[in-house]
Amino acid sequence: MTTAPASPPRRPEAPPALATPMARQIREAPTLRGMLTRAPAPVKVAGALAGLLFFAANAAIGYLVIDGRLDGHWYDFRDLGVAVGELRVWLDDRGLGPWLSYWVTALIGAVGILSFVGGVLLIGTWIERRLLAKFQIRRGPNRVGPFGLLQPLADAIKLVQKEVLIPRGADRILFYLPPVLVFIPAMLAWGPVPWAPTMSYLDINVGLVYVIAISSLSVLAIFIAGWSSNNHYALLGAMRTVAMMISYEIPVSISLLSVALFTGSLKLSAIVGWQSDHTMWLGLIMPFALFTFFFSSTAEINRTPNDIAEAESEIVAGFHTEYSGMKAGLFLAVELGNALLIGALAATFFLGGYTFFGLEQWIPPYLILAVKISAVYFLFVWLRGTLPRFRLDQLMGYAWKFLIPLSIAFMGVSAVEASILARVDLPGLLLIVLVVNAALTVVFVRLWARVVGYEAPRDEVTMPALTTSVGGLRAAQRLRGGAS
Amino acid sequence: MESIGIIVAFWALAVTTVGAALGVLVSRNLLHAIFFLITSFLGMAGLFITLSADFIAAAQVLIYAGAISVLLVFAMMLTPLASRDNANSLYLAPGALAGLGLAAIVGFVAVDTPWAELAGSTLAERSFPDTVRTIGAQLIGRYVLAFELASVLLLFALIGAVVLVHDRAAERGAAAAAEEAGTGPREEAT
Repeated sequence: MTTAPASPPRRPEAPPALATPMARQIREAPTLRGMLTRAPAPVKVAGALAGLLFFAANAAIGYLVIDGRLDGHWYDFRDLGVAVGELRVWLDDRGLGPWLSYWVTALIGAVGILSFVGGVLLIGTWIERRLLAKFQIRRGPNRVGPFGLLQPLADAIKLVQKEVLIPRGADRILFYLPPVLVFIPAMLAWGPVPWAPTMSYLDINVGLVYVIAISSLSVLAIFIAGWSSNNHYALLGAMRTVAMMISYEIPVSISLLSVALFTGSLKLSAIVGWQSDHTMWLGLIMPFALFTFFFSSTAEINRTPNDIAEAESEIVAGFHTEYSGMKAGLFLAVELGNALLIGALAATFFLGGYTFFGLEQWIPPYLILAVKISAVYFLFVWLRGTLPRFRLDQLMGYAWKFLIPLSIAFMGVSAVEASILARVDLPGLLLIVLVVNAALTVVFVRLWARVVGYEAPRDEVTMPALTTSVGGLRAAQRLRGGAS
Repeated sequence: MESIGIIVAFWALAVTTVGAALGVLVSRNLLHAIFFLITSFLGMAGLFITLSADFIAAAQVLIYAGAISVLLVFAMMLTPLASRDNANSLYLAPGALAGLGLAAIVGFVAVDTPWAELAGSTLAERSFPDTVRTIGAQLIGRYVLAFELASVLLLFALIGAVVLVHDRAAERGAAAAAEEAGTGPREEAT
């Protein structure tokens, strides 16, 4: 800093440029801004034309939508279920029996869900790592492909190459099953999620119970994984998973029960329809149920802050300690897929599903749902980047002492309110319910926290009971010289 | 009458259920037995679905495959010696008797029911009716006494478990040991 001392505050001088290839690569790494400004003129012209074309196409589609020319036709892109329904009718008209249309539509729905989840799994790892890097002021993966977009592919190729080890003494059959088994509930639970008014793969009457039932199965796969590994850490992880599952299924079920009480149906499309009819999100009416569902779901799917089943600072990698190669990769993929699934369920139950206060008339509803899923997923990533991990006993105590009693109390409250809503027909009643519930949430949480909450730390030191009763303390005193 | 799909589904599910139930009996490893049992439960849920009983099927998965199996696994993990051996039971004769009695009851119902009359009536309309509402109304209407009795029974089981686990003798022993040590935690700290 010997040159030009008189100039006003200015940017610090750039460090001397390193001449190594990697430094040059980093310096010349493509940024969006650099790509836009440094592009040659023909590319800029072509880009501008493409942008104009895009806007023109959007305007044309918007005109078609406003004009109502799409309503009910098979090319109504706002609701792909219409097209499938038309296909079904067309196939039935061919006279080949009902089994053909059944199989074809079932296959279309299954392929649709699988391709969506698969594609999101591919891009999701990149998004999560980049977001985490932003939260931790790093860059994240940015070397493979443009902006590091091909990083998930490279990871997958690397994982496939790796050897899949089986530990000695492992239960061989049971050791093979879990990476596959854990995928089944993660995929099945996507079935009843409604993407548009008629775009739902499995719109059954008991959709809510089905979702709870299916998601309770994944714990078994995780337990098999931990038990069959013949590894203490894996077994500890499995034990923690089972204990956590027992604790946190109850608040999830109770919070979803109040949803069913309000909407009077277990059908997921009916739940979304109720929220659409009342132009109100259930998450606003019952904030505590939303919080309970969200928090307990993080425990059920093993995400930070509740990922004690695979707490790497305590028990290596928990239940999948012994899995290597693509098998471990499958576990990680399912973890991500489950986060998206919880996003979809939370959006459907509490955040209005595919509706957004009338916007679903103009924008494809499945895009709205995708945006909501991404929002919840962003919240998950945010939590993961921000919060430390709970301790095992803290997590259990939180479920049993805090979430379950308060959930039961709020279920009673929503039962009363639901019966009032069913009998009284007032225009602003839902808003009153909203305000009452918000106030009740604050009051209940404060009161209950006073009953069970942790006291302020005391000055006096409590000795561990085991030490006094077993005699370790006396031995220590004797060693210290008998003076007490 | 029936389409080929439902027949294939029935036989596949029946073979799964019964085969897994046999696996529970023959497997020496207790944990394998538990997983066979879960497979059997899932097969039962599938059978319920073929009978258009959607709520019962979901409840079967939720309660049996999801909750009871976890309870079994939990119990097994708390008794480590039992976990690797599905040993011979001392209750072979009573178990066989109970099984025979159950089989007799189910067989009697199966033989006694006029299937030919019922077949057309229930399966004619191939739609899933709203079974949940009906079940709920029946539970707190016609069968309210059984429902309440089951609730009270479960409450008793809950309280009984708490009483069993609450070991007063051990608590007294710990207190006596602490007294004998002469220094309770509090006194030591001050």
